[in-house]
Amino acid sequence: MQSRTRVIVLLVAVLVLGAVGTGAVLYASDRTAERDRTQAGGPAVNPGPVSLQVPPNGRQLLFRNMAWGPHRDEITTVPADHPDGPRTASGTQCLRFHAAAGTGICLQAQRGALEDTYRAVVLDDHLHERRSFPAAGIPTRSRVSPSGHLAAWTVFVSGDSYAGTDFSTRTSIVDVRDWNLRENLEDFTVIKDGHPYQAHDVNIWGVTFADDNTFYATVATSGQTHLARGDLAARTLTTLHDNVECPSLSPDGTRIAYKKRVPGLSPDAPWRLYVLDLATGTETATAEQRNIDDQALWSDDGTLLYALPGDYGADLWTVPADGSGAARLVTRAAVAPAYLG
Amino acid sequence: MYVADSRSSKAPVAPAVGPVRRGAALRSVPGAVLALGAVSMVTDISSEMVNAVLPLYLLTGLGLSPLGFGLLDGIQNGFSALVRLAGGHLADRRGRDGSARHKAVAAVGYGLSALCRPLLLFVHTVPLIGAVIAVDRTGKGLRTAPRDAMISLATEPAHRGRAFGVHRAMDTAGALLGPLTAFLVLRLAGGPMLADGGERHGYDAVFTVSACVAALGVLILLLFVPNRQNGVDPSTWAPSLRDGLTLLRLPGLRRLTLCAVLLGLTTVSDSFLYLLIQRRLGLSVNLFPLLPLGTAAAFLLLAVPLGSLADRIGRRRLFLLGHGVLLLAYGLLLSPLRGLPVVICVLVLHGSFYAATDGVLAAAAADTVPAEQRGAGLALVGTGQALARFACSLLFGALWSAVGGPTALAWSAGALALCVAGAAVVLRPSEAVATDVSEESA
Repeated sequence: MQSRTRVIVLLVAVLVLGAVGTGAVLYASDRTAERDRTQAGGPAVNPGPVSLQVPPNGRQLLFRNMAWGPHRDEITTVPADHPDGPRTASGTQCLRFHAAAGTGICLQAQRGALEDTYRAVVLDDHLHERRSFPAAGIPTRSRVSPSGHLAAWTVFVSGDSYAGTDFSTRTSIVDVRDWNLRENLEDFTVIKDGHPYQAHDVNIWGVTFADDNTFYATVATSGQTHLARGDLAARTLTTLHDNVECPSLSPDGTRIAYKKRVPGLSPDAPWRLYVLDLATGTETATAEQRNIDDQALWSDDGTLLYALPGDYGADLWTVPADGSGAARLVTRAAVAPAYLG
Repeated sequence: MYVADSRSSKAPVAPAVGPVRRGAALRSVPGAVLALGAVSMVTDISSEMVNAVLPLYLLTGLGLSPLGFGLLDGIQNGFSALVRLAGGHLADRRGRDGSARHKAVAAVGYGLSALCRPLLLFVHTVPLIGAVIAVDRTGKGLRTAPRDAMISLATEPAHRGRAFGVHRAMDTAGALLGPLTAFLVLRLAGGPMLADGGERHGYDAVFTVSACVAALGVLILLLFVPNRQNGVDPSTWAPSLRDGLTLLRLPGLRRLTLCAVLLGLTTVSDSFLYLLIQRRLGLSVNLFPLLPLGTAAAFLLLAVPLGSLADRIGRRRLFLLGHGVLLLAYGLLLSPLRGLPVVICVLVLHGSFYAATDGVLAAAAADTVPAEQRGAGLALVGTGQALARFACSLLFGALWSAVGGPTALAWSAGALALCVAGAAVVLRPSEAVATDVSEESA
């Protein structure tokens, strides 16, 4: 082949391949833009004031609205007894969210020139930013203590491995009264089976608060996950029970709902929703038979609320905590719920 | 301009020293090497695009649990190193016209990896994605040895260091451009980095663009890399598998492989080194992803000058000096010094280590193997080094959990110092090679 022919072949190929690549990017961009258009049959979403104070006119459910349209990803509120009703959108976008007693924690993405960065924002009762902290990766869990004094968040850190396929998590807790930040709970002393434990592969995620000093979280090491009770003042994490992920403490403080890795299930979808009685150590399987990858929320002492994958990202479902009944859809296109009141 | 004038002029003008030297320098990096460098650069843009988004994609795009994927990654890298041996041997075999099949084997390797990109559009589960990545690594394993053999065969022995330097610089440029391209595509395609709700369009755009770029790489190889290599005479014997096994009887290759394995066993893997930099030097977690970029930038800038230096002072000597530089980096990390300047120094030393050893080892190995067995010989050294590094990762990980990162690094530094000293003794009699090179270039 003449060198001129070769150059022409190359130029033609560059044009054709360039056109295919450009087409793919334009197509993707168009499909992405579609998410900003409201879809037919979806929930009504209207902008309006959203407060984190105890609502005077009945209990409220807050969550990140996943429905397509101009208010996608905003924190919205619905009456707790009409969760499928019209949504009031706050204008505040969060990937993960939780609130209690007038304090909100919102994990946000900030679009950068090349890369998105993430931050954890502590919100006041009018959803105004009080303080924000840089987060080292993709947000996954967030919780506020019942008093509203402590906020915790967990992110996936993907940069800990050059290969980029090995994941680890980072969990932080801040006291919103004095802004004392525990940036990485891995700095706490892990007490496993009664002895101080050290390993390079310790990962901690999914905090749930009992009070302003005691919390529970997942501690993972050497391929095992454990339920651990944390003590902020003593800076310790004491393991209590095995095979527990994303714990969630009941309002009365007696039980913990969690993801349990059930042997024999598909390695891609191994988790079922269980409830552990802290006093007796008894585990109860809920009636939810699907794979749960969420930190469940107690809507009261007997009922759990959690997200499952849905057509628009995620839907909220509910199931009794005692193993009875059946799973029931609460509302579509919603994730990261919190109750007020 | 001056060169062209002096050439076109029929007058017997005595050639000035300047233009002739410049001409020699240009000729020392043959078109085949530049073409192979372009292929590597384009292919690396394509593969690093995918590598940059794959973790995000698995996590946010598919919502899959990536547990065990790290281990899979390590196993596949080891597998790729073994496939390299097969690639080297196959490349040395002869086609119907008696010429070696370097280009054909390399084309199959690049082609296999290129085919994997569009496949990523259709596979959505971890086992299938693992399988696609395995095929991709097979392609990488197959093409590495024939590619390096082609670089060495296309270049005069005296300039091999520089030629490999040029190739590695172009390769690294691709590795730097790949993630940038991926993030640009995601940016233009909109949203998927923000939305953790299973929208795949942005990732599909990345995979499609990556496939197009990979196809371009294969095309450049087919169009612009010459088929027949210098030095491989069609009339000579074609090496059999048995000949491949006896390659280690070549004293030069045996010594070099031994040293590459010994030094590879004591070379702490990049990810551990970056973790240590971040933890010991108190670097913000947000800056962590920039660490590999720092190493790559130093590698990119120094690959050509250090390659040329290797041609002058001897490749084996520079290979050893490179490990000395790595030892300096370890020492700096272990020292009480802190702060950003120290981070930058460590990264520059780390990049210099790669610039002084990566292409230089291939150039040094090429000196020791006859042209007919170049592919298999280079594969042997490369595989030995890669497997040693894989073993070192496992050992270092275990050591880290047992005694902590800094102590593990101190042990590694001690072992590396011993191995450098040992390698200096083992490689010393080979000074004869440097003489060979200067004779050939004279």
